[in-house]
Amino acid sequence: MNRFLHLFCIALIFYPGQVFSAWDLNMPIGVTDTSQAVYGLHMTIFYICLAIAVVVFGVMFWSIFHHRKSKGAKAKQFHGNVTIEIIWTIIPFVILIAMAVPATSTLVDMYDSTESDIDIQVTGYQWKWHYKYIGEDVDFFSVLATPMEEIENKKKKNPYYLLEVDNALVLPINKKIRFLFTSNDVIHSWWVADLAVKKDAVPGFINESWTRINEPGTYRGQCAELCGKHHGFMPIEVKAVTEPEYQAWLQTQKVANLAVAESAQQEWTMDALMSTGAMVYEKNCAVCHQAEGQGMPPIFPALNGSAIATGEMAEHLNIVVNGKMATAMPAFAKQLSAVDIAAVITYERNAWDNKTGDKVTPAEVQALMGEGL
Amino acid sequence: MSESTATPHHHGPAKGMMRWVLTTNHKDIGTMYLVFALILFFVGGAMAMVIRAELFQPGLQLVQPDFFNQMTTMHGLIMVFGVIMPAFVGLANWQVPLMVGAPDMALPRMNNWSFWLLPFAFTMLLSTLFMDGGAPNFGWTFYAPLSTTYAPPSVTFFIFAIHMMGVSSILGAMNIIVTLFNMRAPGMSLMKMPMFCWSWLITAFLLIAAMPVLAAVVTMMLMDIHFGTSFFNAGGGGDPVLFQHVFWFFAHPEVYILILPAFGVVSQIIPTFARKRLFGHDSMVYAMIAIAVLAFIVWAHHMFTVGMPLGGELFFMYSTMLIAIPTGVKIFNWVSTMFKGSMTFETPMLFAVAFIVLFTIGGFSGLMLAIAPADFQYHDTYFVVAHFHYVLVPGSVFGIMAGVYYWLPKWCGKMYNESLGQLHFWLSLIGVNLTFFPMHFVGLAGMPRRIPDYALQFADFNMLTSVGAFLFGATQLIFLYIVITTVRNGKKAEQVTWEGAEGLEWTIPSPAPYHTFQTPPTVSDK
Repeated sequence: MNRFLHLFCIALIFYPGQVFSAWDLNMPIGVTDTSQAVYGLHMTIFYICLAIAVVVFGVMFWSIFHHRKSKGAKAKQFHGNVTIEIIWTIIPFVILIAMAVPATSTLVDMYDSTESDIDIQVTGYQWKWHYKYIGEDVDFFSVLATPMEEIENKKKKNPYYLLEVDNALVLPINKKIRFLFTSNDVIHSWWVADLAVKKDAVPGFINESWTRINEPGTYRGQCAELCGKHHGFMPIEVKAVTEPEYQAWLQTQKVANLAVAESAQQEWTMDALMSTGAMVYEKNCAVCHQAEGQGMPPIFPALNGSAIATGEMAEHLNIVVNGKMATAMPAFAKQLSAVDIAAVITYERNAWDNKTGDKVTPAEVQALMGEGL
Repeated sequence: MSESTATPHHHGPAKGMMRWVLTTNHKDIGTMYLVFALILFFVGGAMAMVIRAELFQPGLQLVQPDFFNQMTTMHGLIMVFGVIMPAFVGLANWQVPLMVGAPDMALPRMNNWSFWLLPFAFTMLLSTLFMDGGAPNFGWTFYAPLSTTYAPPSVTFFIFAIHMMGVSSILGAMNIIVTLFNMRAPGMSLMKMPMFCWSWLITAFLLIAAMPVLAAVVTMMLMDIHFGTSFFNAGGGGDPVLFQHVFWFFAHPEVYILILPAFGVVSQIIPTFARKRLFGHDSMVYAMIAIAVLAFIVWAHHMFTVGMPLGGELFFMYSTMLIAIPTGVKIFNWVSTMFKGSMTFETPMLFAVAFIVLFTIGGFSGLMLAIAPADFQYHDTYFVVAHFHYVLVPGSVFGIMAGVYYWLPKWCGKMYNESLGQLHFWLSLIGVNLTFFPMHFVGLAGMPRRIPDYALQFADFNMLTSVGAFLFGATQLIFLYIVITTVRNGKKAEQVTWEGAEGLEWTIPSPAPYHTFQTPPTVSDK
């Protein structure tokens, strides 16, 4: 596919001034064979539509200019002509078949997710993604990394505004990667345009898709299915690297996982818990319960001064660890480490006006989670 | 009111407000539908202005994400159920009896009820904005489980509002079918029926088939929310995707309900101003029937990404592509009607021509969306937003406006100001394209729909879109001004307002008397 020729034609048609950069006008050509095939299909259909438009609108505007009463045109009273009507039914039919053939073969290829090299389970959460490398004992959450100050216009926006995450999905190039999509709450949709992968993550069901990336690089996408108030704030970042780099990255992930598990057994001071807790709170809790714990009643209750955050510790632990049925409050045992849970609970009980002085240690949380609470 | 049955002589409307509450006159009810639609057009439009103001530049400025979602949801619901549908029913109420030579609609009391359900339905829907937890915020497509387990408490009011709208639509549709089948003037066979009536006959059947499905899906939601069922909850053995199948089985016919009457209006207007008969009356009818039948077997093209099996994807891709054929037949017919005509371009004709061009652009993007592998890239982006706004705004809304300019002189006996009408048209045309054309670009470049904030590379086109939206919104105030001044003190309109106009509605004086065709006219063979 000659990308530049296409872009040039589009630019010529729509924007003789070339005010905007080319990337903004059209579908990205992408970095997989699939995405390039899709781009090819897209351009083919576009040109067919353009050709039909030229013919139909050409006749129409020619009539508008020549067959006007003010130019003395007299109406020719003809109507109904079976031959013409059959022709203009058959020609579109033939064009449609010409479109359907390549579309079908591309689709069949996109649906063949067999013989994958790597399987990754992608789970949508309100409002973040969870990636699990099946068979590798590596899994992590991927959360928006753009600071609130940029969203609230208090700081200059960086070039990857709303398209950056804390932990990117790292994938090797030239390997067939199969994605298994599901969701923890509502329907989300995982979309990276450069890979031409968009698939809904449906709670209780598993969808499949696959990709094979040809070039190293960082590819960005967003959740495509309305999933609640922060639907616009759960981006996807894919880092495609070479095979050795991928293996090295897997190793560091495993080592880091071990370190986190061990740190739960260490002594944690109040200050350390509070500072970790503040970070965990901002990433996981603040979207609903708000930065100052004021919440958004009645859907998202306030934590500042709440009965749970200032009352019995066991109750507080229970709701954070197990969540609350039939509400947006998830069970954080599945999402956070014992350290994070201990830190965030300690934070919530001591931040703002909640000066309870309570402290819960990671070891205590780990013990409770082990019992199933 | 009993007097009217006792003495069938000519008399005027009752006096005072009760005239409008108790009326069974198709002209009064038509007027109420149209005024209702116009009011909600500005309510829904104001919400669109909030959306575009927030999207004017990146970052959160005016509203919070949750309120933004409430705005997109209410904007969609109001425009679909409160503006386009009532406006078309209003046109039908006025025009169907006049065009087939009937004295009134077949079921006048039911007609009164089907209108008066609507103000209550929309009062209930709009009242959710002031409830704890806010209005529905899950999009006009209200996908479960976002609209069930995760919905704000006001969802129950939303469900009952939808039920009332559905009852209203079904009653209106039944009335139109009964009128068209039983009350045509002697000599008017079905195939001689005017195109606007044909378009509404087909629309009415679509309504009767589709609206109960909508009622079913919201009832299933109600059961899931309040009575412990699990239709859409996988945890209880249900399936969230079932919601989408049932919803789109309603909503795909629904989008044709929103466009077919506009086809009818345009098919009346183009021959009038080309001073030439419609090229293929019968093939236009068959094309609309084909579109209506196909409407029921294409629903899952809205769901190419939900994880359907390959066979399902292929079936829905092929069936969707087939719709291009009857749609093409309609467009070719309109163009052939204009070809070698003797055209003039008064405001109704301008809107009708713009309808053909811009609806066709919406049709092209529809064809692109039908191609399943490419749809994976288009799905749920601004490309889709561009597509359906092209068919609904310069499609349906321009169709309605064309109809209003075309028949308003007949309704009120006064002529609108042609220069103002043309000003309204040209500003609308510029505004609508400035608003919706750049959406194609941001969609292709990767901007998802229904987001309150976006990445920086979409900023330029979004600003352009917002400017266009403000222009389009402000321009509609001109329309309001035109309608009010015409009704109040327009110049006297002729009985046959337009030189090339044909049909029974032009055989009665302007304004149309309160009672018309008390003795049926005879339609001669021609």
